Amino acid sequence: MDKRVKTLRDAVAPITEGASVMIGGFGSSGIPFGLIDALLDQGTGGLTVISNNAGAGETGIAKLLKAGQVARVICSYPRSPGSIWFERRYEAGEIALEVVPQGTLAERIRAAGAGLGGFLTPTGYGTLLAEGKETRVIDGKGYVFEHPLRADFALLRAARGDRWGNLSFHGTARNFNPVMAMGAAHSIAEVRVLSDAPLDPETVVTPGIFVQSVTEYGVRP
Amino acid sequence: MRRLGDADLAARVARDIPDGAYVNLGIGKPTHVSGHVPEGREVIYHSENGIIGVGPVPPEGQEDPEMIDASKRFITVAPGAAFFEHCDSFAMMRGGHIDIAVLGAYQVAQNGDLANWATDDERYPPAVGGAMDLVVGVPTIFVMMRHQNRDGSPKLLERCTFPLTGLGVVNRVFTDLAVLDVTPDGFRLVDLTPGNDLADVQAVTGATIHT
Repeated sequence: MDKRVKTLRDAVAPITEGASVMIGGFGSSGIPFGLIDALLDQGTGGLTVISNNAGAGETGIAKLLKAGQVARVICSYPRSPGSIWFERRYEAGEIALEVVPQGTLAERIRAAGAGLGGFLTPTGYGTLLAEGKETRVIDGKGYVFEHPLRADFALLRAARGDRWGNLSFHGTARNFNPVMAMGAAHSIAEVRVLSDAPLDPETVVTPGIFVQSVTEYGVRP
Repeated sequence: MRRLGDADLAARVARDIPDGAYVNLGIGKPTHVSGHVPEGREVIYHSENGIIGVGPVPPEGQEDPEMIDASKRFITVAPGAAFFEHCDSFAMMRGGHIDIAVLGAYQVAQNGDLANWATDDERYPPAVGGAMDLVVGVPTIFVMMRHQNRDGSPKLLERCTFPLTGLGVVNRVFTDLAVLDVTPDGFRLVDLTPGNDLADVQAVTGATIHT
């Protein structure tokens, strides 16, 4: 088994027009900048982007928004300081936005990856974000039924990987990367170091079974 | 009236955080609370992006872009820290494992309703982040905010007018003018910023302050 792909370009080649794409990262940590740039170069449009943030400044997801490749954003916090491209596209009505509470976003992705049909969460009960959703009261506490959220692809960033697709992370760069690896049909990881030797199984955070391809991108943003 | 500055308000909040507490600090002003906890108390800070045991800001030149908190500030790790992914992080929040969360707010109602994620301006995209998960799972919710909006209108109200983050979730509100508890009777005065008069504070509050 060898999941290594030579270039970022080859890694994103399977992504087609209109695909749903999960993108790992939170703030400056764990964002697959290399894969995003490759997707920008490829020019694939009509994308549904599932991520925590919607990019800031002229980096990461903001580049895809600027280039007009995004039709829909599903995220918890689109409005970071300097998210000018998100705001511009949103105000112009050029993108659809679905705001999901952050823990619900992670858990919906996990449900998809874990083969569950959804779950009941107290998060958002009685608020605007629960409107139209099925609810249930258990032991006096209100819960909202949330559906699994799956995607065609996931773009991930990790510190180390091996040819089996096993991944390990650095610092606060895990965030959504491990759960998105589970929730997408085809998960693509860029790693700072692609190890010839297998990663020590004790240090593997994302087991390679959740990862379809891995490519080295040594630049540490 | 005497208004506390941001640092003094952070110090006032910090006074009410006990030794041994697991605490989540919201984005913005609440992040300053950690710098003011009295000596001798060990408080462990959780940040939703995947760390428990957030340490101080690193010295200039030693920032690591993969070591940040939920406010996207560069951080270090405190002794005893751990990293984890998002599902574990939100299990800590939703599952009742964090003791106290300190959040900012647009509005707080006398029944403890909190509004801090969306306004009534439809051109302005809403951003909920982890606030709804925190308020349903963390047993003690502190709100830290200015007592009034910039135009002088009250943020402490009988009923919130903005979309809610959570229903009946706020326990204590720390403002630049006073500290108030949310009780079954409504807002109850804990203390006034020294030098302030209750009648003056009541005049800029949109609900009754009980004493």
